[in-house]
Amino acid sequence: MSTKRILRQLLTYLFLLVFTAIAVYPILQVVTISLRPADRLLSTSLEIIPANATLDNYVGLFEDRPFLVWMWNSVFVSVVVTLTGVVLASTTGYAFSRFDFIGRKIGLLSLLTTQMFPATMLLLPLYIVLIRLGLINTYMGVIVIYAATALPFTIWTMKGYYDTIPYSLEEAARIDGCNQFQAFYKVILPLAAPALVITALFSFMTAWSEYLVAAQVLQDSKLWTLPLGLKSFEANMSTEWGLYGASSIIVTVPVVVLFLALSRYLVSGLTLGSVKG
Amino acid sequence: MNQRSSRLFIAFLVLPAFLILLAVVFYPFVYNVVISFSNMNLRHIKDWAIIGPHQYVKVFFEPTQPNFYAVFLKTIIWTVVNLLFHVVLGVFLALLLNQKEVRGKPLFRTLLILPWAIPQYIVALTWRGMFNYEYGSINLIITKYLSLPAVEWLKSPTEAFLACILTNIWLGFPFMMVIALGALQSIPYELYEAADIDGASWWHKLTRITIPLIRPVMVPAITLGTVWTFNNLNIVWLVSNGGEPSDQTHILVSFVYKAAFNLYRYGYAAALSMVIFVILLLFSLYFMKRTRATEAAYQA
Repeated sequence: MSTKRILRQLLTYLFLLVFTAIAVYPILQVVTISLRPADRLLSTSLEIIPANATLDNYVGLFEDRPFLVWMWNSVFVSVVVTLTGVVLASTTGYAFSRFDFIGRKIGLLSLLTTQMFPATMLLLPLYIVLIRLGLINTYMGVIVIYAATALPFTIWTMKGYYDTIPYSLEEAARIDGCNQFQAFYKVILPLAAPALVITALFSFMTAWSEYLVAAQVLQDSKLWTLPLGLKSFEANMSTEWGLYGASSIIVTVPVVVLFLALSRYLVSGLTLGSVKG
Repeated sequence: MNQRSSRLFIAFLVLPAFLILLAVVFYPFVYNVVISFSNMNLRHIKDWAIIGPHQYVKVFFEPTQPNFYAVFLKTIIWTVVNLLFHVVLGVFLALLLNQKEVRGKPLFRTLLILPWAIPQYIVALTWRGMFNYEYGSINLIITKYLSLPAVEWLKSPTEAFLACILTNIWLGFPFMMVIALGALQSIPYELYEAADIDGASWWHKLTRITIPLIRPVMVPAITLGTVWTFNNLNIVWLVSNGGEPSDQTHILVSFVYKAAFNLYRYGYAAALSMVIFVILLLFSLYFMKRTRATEAAYQA
């Protein structure tokens, strides 16, 4: 019995270690590449910390490349998308959860249906409309498309979360003299904080990590967001791996930290939303 | 009075989002349907005309290289293989992490979620680098530690497609793991104790307790995962660099993206988008209906 148990423990750790190594290895790879000195970028060594490790690549990003411009562009687009997403999803989700109105059911179903659209379904017509309106090479163009991508999912998430908050709370607030709007934003909205967090995170990540839409809409390199900048290191005849590695790390660290800090909420939000259907 | 103010309140809540969705989702959708019946392309971008279902006929019968059916088949392989690995690995790791006596659980959990947290385009570009023939670490590991010949990952169709699948398996299992872990934690431990007293084997416990109880949570996650994987443009496009070699690695979404933005065949791309959408819609309806039916059977 007890040897069986030890064996079981050993196997558990063995599998966990192997899969953790697989999960972490590519990330370490990027760290390694970002630390390599310029003359050893195409190395065939498998060391994690390269010989003569240097931060030159990081410095180079800020000194020789418009990395700060890309970053500013990305932050701007992502923040606008996040704010729009949070405001619209928190209000619409509330209406879908609490009230019965004409078009409620069909509205919810259509939002769900949009999740089955292939990326090109909205991208192509919007792209053509943007050309007609002269909005190619404007932030307005990408922001509109990102909002269209993120909103349906976030409205569902908010609705699913509101569904778990008992209606009696609003009733109590109304008896205490709140009007409908006060009951919503003073009582219910604070309770829905976890779902708001997911909505914000999801909207932000949609904009922060998007390449294929931006590649079509932002063709002027002054307007480039981070993904376009990063891809440009890879696009030419010879990949500038050092710069690519360094910028990947700078782009990834904040989102990973956010993601891990909020992953608890993420799970409860996702599962609640989907189970409630 | 009360009812009217209530109506005003609903309008205040819903109207802004409704108007925006009308403009950025509903209108483009209808416009896409119109384009799919037209001859619009780069030459006919202003003077296009409705030409009927011609583009749909093209989708199914035009002898493109590769043709629709080959790409569709590849998309199914892509989706099934990915989902299979995502779910099996995800549930397996969740089971390991959910055991009582595992030290360092939070650390393992955090590290195992990492692939999901990283922006997809960075995942794709990084793995593309790792699949490099001479300098990529995958070939270095294969040749140095396993003493096997190096593989031309990105130059031949099968290997390049396999490279895309490996990348996507890596980035997709944490989602299923996290969902499964949440579901597992809600199973009361007493059930397993009772099963132990009755002398149940681990296989019995898995098939009679664990799987039935995590099913209701896993089914929606799998539906969602299927749709996401079927439609995942990033990985295939960026790992294979737009379908290389010679458009042999496309799945349906990357095939449409190319038709629309590299070949400027707008009408054709719009029609193909519609076809993909209908395929996914039918799949989801069928899948939900079937699982709902089995759920009812479970409860009866």
